Amino acid sequence: MAAGVAAWLPFARAAAIGWMPVANCPMPLAPTEKNKRQDELIILNVSGRRFQTWRTTLERYPDTLLGSTEKEFFFNEDTKEYFFDRDPEVFRCILNFYRTGKLHYPRYECISAYDEELAFYGILPEIIGDCCYEEYKDRKRENAERLMDDNDSENNQEGSMPSLSFRQTMWRAFENPHTSTLALVFYYVTGFFIAVSVITNVVETVPCGTVPGNKELPCGERYAVAFFCLDTACVMIFTVEYLLRLFAAPSRYRFIRSVMSIIDVVAIMPYYIGLVMTNNEDVSGAFVTLRVFRVFRIFKFSRHSQGLRILGYTLKSCASELGFLLFSLTMAIIIFATVMFYAEKGSSASKFTSIPASFWYTIVTMTTLGYGDMVPKTIAGKIFGSICSLSGVLVIALPVPVIVSNFSRIYHQNQRADKRRAQKKARLARIRVAKTGSSNAYLHSKRNGLLNEALELTGSTEEEQHMTKGTSLIESQHHHLLHCLEKTTVSTNTIPPPRPGLCAWHGLPMDKVPTECSEVALGQAHPVPGVCQRGWF
Amino acid sequence: MDVRRVESISAQLEEASSTGDTVEDEMEMATVRHRPEALELLEAQSKFTKKELQILYRGFKNECPSGVVNEETFKEIYSQFFPQGDSTTYAHFLFNAFDTDHNGSVSFEDFVMGLSILLRGTVQEKLNWAFNLYDINKDGYITKEEMLDIMKAIYDMMGKCTYPVLKEDAPRQHVETFFQKMDKNKDGVVTIDEFIESCQKDENIMRSMQLFENVI
Repeated sequence: MAAGVAAWLPFARAAAIGWMPVANCPMPLAPTEKNKRQDELIILNVSGRRFQTWRTTLERYPDTLLGSTEKEFFFNEDTKEYFFDRDPEVFRCILNFYRTGKLHYPRYECISAYDEELAFYGILPEIIGDCCYEEYKDRKRENAERLMDDNDSENNQEGSMPSLSFRQTMWRAFENPHTSTLALVFYYVTGFFIAVSVITNVVETVPCGTVPGNKELPCGERYAVAFFCLDTACVMIFTVEYLLRLFAAPSRYRFIRSVMSIIDVVAIMPYYIGLVMTNNEDVSGAFVTLRVFRVFRIFKFSRHSQGLRILGYTLKSCASELGFLLFSLTMAIIIFATVMFYAEKGSSASKFTSIPASFWYTIVTMTTLGYGDMVPKTIAGKIFGSICSLSGVLVIALPVPVIVSNFSRIYHQNQRADKRRAQKKARLARIRVAKTGSSNAYLHSKRNGLLNEALELTGSTEEEQHMTKGTSLIESQHHHLLHCLEKTTVSTNTIPPPRPGLCAWHGLPMDKVPTECSEVALGQAHPVPGVCQRGWF
Repeated sequence: MDVRRVESISAQLEEASSTGDTVEDEMEMATVRHRPEALELLEAQSKFTKKELQILYRGFKNECPSGVVNEETFKEIYSQFFPQGDSTTYAHFLFNAFDTDHNGSVSFEDFVMGLSILLRGTVQEKLNWAFNLYDINKDGYITKEEMLDIMKAIYDMMGKCTYPVLKEDAPRQHVETFFQKMDKNKDGVVTIDEFIESCQKDENIMRSMQLFENVI
């Protein structure tokens, strides 16, 4: 039953009179209201901002802090109000929950701050209303991912290196080139050779110079030996790399099935097949076709470029949109090709010889290429041709923004992950500095503390003030606590290093050692300057 | 009781929309703002004190910010108290009983007047109100069919999970018992006098009428 509807309970009970004359048996007794007190306004002072509400409003949810007697712990007798030293902005949402029965999540609020406030007031986050629940869950998930990322990278950094085998180190080096300089060198070398290989493939086909006989020769045939050597070198490197990766992979079967390894294999296969088949003239045609596969080497760059990987991932994730694009295009092509064919059937010497032949015209028109090798001559053909080009623009333009936005989202996510990782290093450094700073402060104050005790015993106030200027009460209490811990664990025989001019046992300046010290009582001077021999502790 | 309409738009819309256009109907629902009569007037007309009226109005306005309850909202609110069964039919009858001027909506005045009778009225008034509830077509007679409808509505509110499981014809039997008790001259209908007389003779009913005295 919603909280607000509780106010209508008296009405529902009154309406029950309608059942009375019909009832066969007597009714049960009504519950009496014990200590029925008048509804009163209570004041909730949250960090200075005063909220007021009825007591019954808060009592709607008795299992929360405000609805139970737990709030009495925060009651301030002097001002007769409940004081909470918490965030007043978030309290507004929480109080609205009592009033309306719906808990909202303000978008500008930090998710962890909001969670803390909810936990403080004893409200479960599951009751957030539908209007804000999606947003809350999204933010919470992002935060959890970020925490997990941080934990993971922490573990990775703190992971003990010696426990990894040689094979595992190699695999890590392959996957993440920044782990060691050797890995980085390897990374750049392979990248360089991929580039070289791709460029040689391209340059091979460029005509460079003529041979006597006025025949244009491509560079590949002119400098055949040089190109062959380059190709061999590249393939050597790629083969070695592939075999090393295969060796280092934690799961060889999975590695062989992965996309990158398939690309690697396809990139180097043509060379070996070519080696085997060089002398056979018949299959040289097939051999030439195989050379086309050498262009796949360019995909090896995706290990080096994150953008390329993201593009591939986007295309994979937008498979449905791409499928829709393809399907709608196919439909439109078939429709328009058919129409154009029948429209142009009448005209003489028409290029639209069959419907499949019209496919080419439709595709060229719909993508607004317009080569002009096939043009309609009849009026009907021209009309349908223009409709075709207009609709082409629409059909292609529709799914493209979806793919673009997907790419943008994934790209930005990756950027954010990288930025987080970079900031993490700086943050860890800062935390380390803070930790060492505080432990330094402790050591510093320990020495001061000894001096403090001395001064307190002597009752010298000016020097005492001078000493306590640096530390606050909380700090000094904290340091005293750490000092006690030290004293607990330190063996009683060791003497703390004495400050010059102070007695090691008492920590007092030599001339102020108490008279209980038997040496002094006996009239003897301290035998060892700086150390009182009194065994009493 | 005259009703003050704050938004003039709604008045114009009322005149204009005789076609029953749903969009305009929605607009009318949204712009209708009803302010109740002054507190002193209501205090004089009903038997509640000022404080009680304040508490009542706060609860009323919380659920119905527009100031009037239409049948849908009424059914929704009432069904929240009876989650196990289907209370829409009974809520419909209740709505008609509260909506004394039959304009399709219950304003705060109607609400307060109804509650005043039920909680602070004399036994006669309460019985009168109950008769009004049972008499669905408000013709002054309760027929067996009307009683059967009411009984079925009450049994629907119980839902399916009763122990022991209610039989299919339990409402009909209940109606028979009721008519045997109430219908003095056995003419098949119960008039208001028969009803009040029979109820006043029945001790159980009299006692249960006092049950909800101190609800507010």
